Amino acid sequence: MSKVIESIDQAIEGLKNGDTILVGGFGLCGIPEFAIQAIARRGVTDLTVVSNNCGVDDWGLGLLLQNKQIKRMIASYVGENKIFEQQLLNGELEVELTPQGTLAERIRAGGAGIPSFYTATGVGTPIAEGKETKVFDGKTYLEERAITGEYALVKAWKADTLGNLVYRKTARNFNPIVATAGKITIAEVEEIVEVGQLDPDEIHTPAVYVQHVYVGSNYVKRIERKVTRQEVNG
Amino acid sequence: MSTRSLIIKRAVKEIQDGMVVNLGIGMPTLLANEIPSHYQVLLQSENGLLGIGAYPTEAEVDPDLINAGKETVTTVNGASFFDSAESFAMIRGGHIDLAILGGMEVSETGDLANWMIPGKMVKGMGGAMDLVHGAKRVIVVMEHVSKKGESKVKRKCTLPLTGQGVVHRLITDLAVFDFTEKGMILIETAPGITLEEVRSKTEANFLVSENLTTKEGE
Repeated sequence: MSKVIESIDQAIEGLKNGDTILVGGFGLCGIPEFAIQAIARRGVTDLTVVSNNCGVDDWGLGLLLQNKQIKRMIASYVGENKIFEQQLLNGELEVELTPQGTLAERIRAGGAGIPSFYTATGVGTPIAEGKETKVFDGKTYLEERAITGEYALVKAWKADTLGNLVYRKTARNFNPIVATAGKITIAEVEEIVEVGQLDPDEIHTPAVYVQHVYVGSNYVKRIERKVTRQEVNG
Repeated sequence: MSTRSLIIKRAVKEIQDGMVVNLGIGMPTLLANEIPSHYQVLLQSENGLLGIGAYPTEAEVDPDLINAGKETVTTVNGASFFDSAESFAMIRGGHIDLAILGGMEVSETGDLANWMIPGKMVKGMGGAMDLVHGAKRVIVVMEHVSKKGESKVKRKCTLPLTGQGVVHRLITDLAVFDFTEKGMILIETAPGITLEEVRSKTEANFLVSENLTTKEGE
C-alpha cells in the first residue's frame, strides 16, 4: 500500500491544540518546509515543539512563532530568532533548553521504548536542577527522560512509496531519530521512487517508522551562513 | 599580532597528526585553517559530519552541507555523515580525542562557563555540555581579561556552568594553564608576558610549573 499523500494538510487533520510535535532539522538545514507551512495554515495553538532550533524570524519554525502557535519549545539553541526572545520575555512562550546530545538521546530513547537514561552531560549546571542523579563507578550522572510526540515531521532526500527514507549529507541530522518518536510520522522528500528501487543497504529510516510520505518541489533550502573560499586558478 | 591570532597560533599546536577533533563555534573554528596540511586530522561537527573540509567555492555551495555553526562547508576524503544521536554517542562515548572550545569564564578547579549570561537572552548551550564530558581532552581558548578589564580566569565561575571540573588545559593570550589533581598550574607565558603580569590579571589561585616556558609564536 502506498503511503504517498497529495497534501500534508490532510495528514495533519488530527493535530490538536496542545499536542507535542517533533521536528527534524539543524538550523534551517534539513527542515520539513512543507509540513511547517501546513501547521501554520492549520492554526492549532499551544503546541509543544521539540526541535534542535526554532528557525529564524521569517522561516522554518519561526513561522509558527509568528502565528503564536507554540507554547513550549524544547531545543538546544534558539539564538537566531528575535520573535522567540520577545515571546519568551512576554511570558507567551516557555523554553526548556536541553543539551544537544541529551536532546538527541531523549528523542532516540522515546522512539526506542526506553523511558529514561543517565548521562554525565549537565552535572553541576543549571540544567541538573530537579533531576535525579545516580553514581556509577564513582562518577555522577543525571537522569533524563525520553521524548515522544503526537506528530513527527521529517525531511528526507528520497523515499520509496512504502516509506523507506534516505537522507542527504548533513540534512540528515535529527531527522532519523525524530522519525522514530512520533505516533504519526510525516516524511517530506525531494524524490519518490517505486518500492524495490532503493537498495536495502542504503536505507537510513526503515518504512516501519513512517506513516505518510509527501513529495515537495522547489525546496527553498535557505542557507543561514554562506561562507565561501576564493577559487584557486591552476 | 591580534589577541585572537596569538591564541589560535598557540592552540593549534595542541592538534596532532591523526587526531579526531571537535572545534567549537567562533574562535576555535578558525583553528581549522592553521592545521598543518600534511596532517591527517578528522574534524567532527555535531550536526553529523566526521571530516569537515574547507569552505566551499561559490560553485560548491550546498545547503545540505553545513557545520555546527551553520556555515556552508565541504568534506574531506574519508568523511562520513550520521544522525544527531550517533554524533553524540561518538562524543559521549569518548571517541573524540580533543575538543577545543571558547569560554566566558574558567575557574581554578577546571569549571567552564560559556553558554549563559544571567539577565541576557539565553540562547542555549548547543552541544557544549555534551562535549566537555565526552571528549578525551578539553581545551578552552579565551581572552584572559574581559573587555571591562576583569579576569576571566576565576577562583569560582560567576556565570552558570557548562561543566564542572571538565577543563584539561586553558590557553589565553597571556598564558597556558593545566588543571591537575594538585590544582591549576601555569605552564607557559605568552611571548613578552611576565609571570607578574599573569599574576596581576588572574583572579584564580595557581601553581607555577618548575618548567615554566615562554612559547614564541611562529
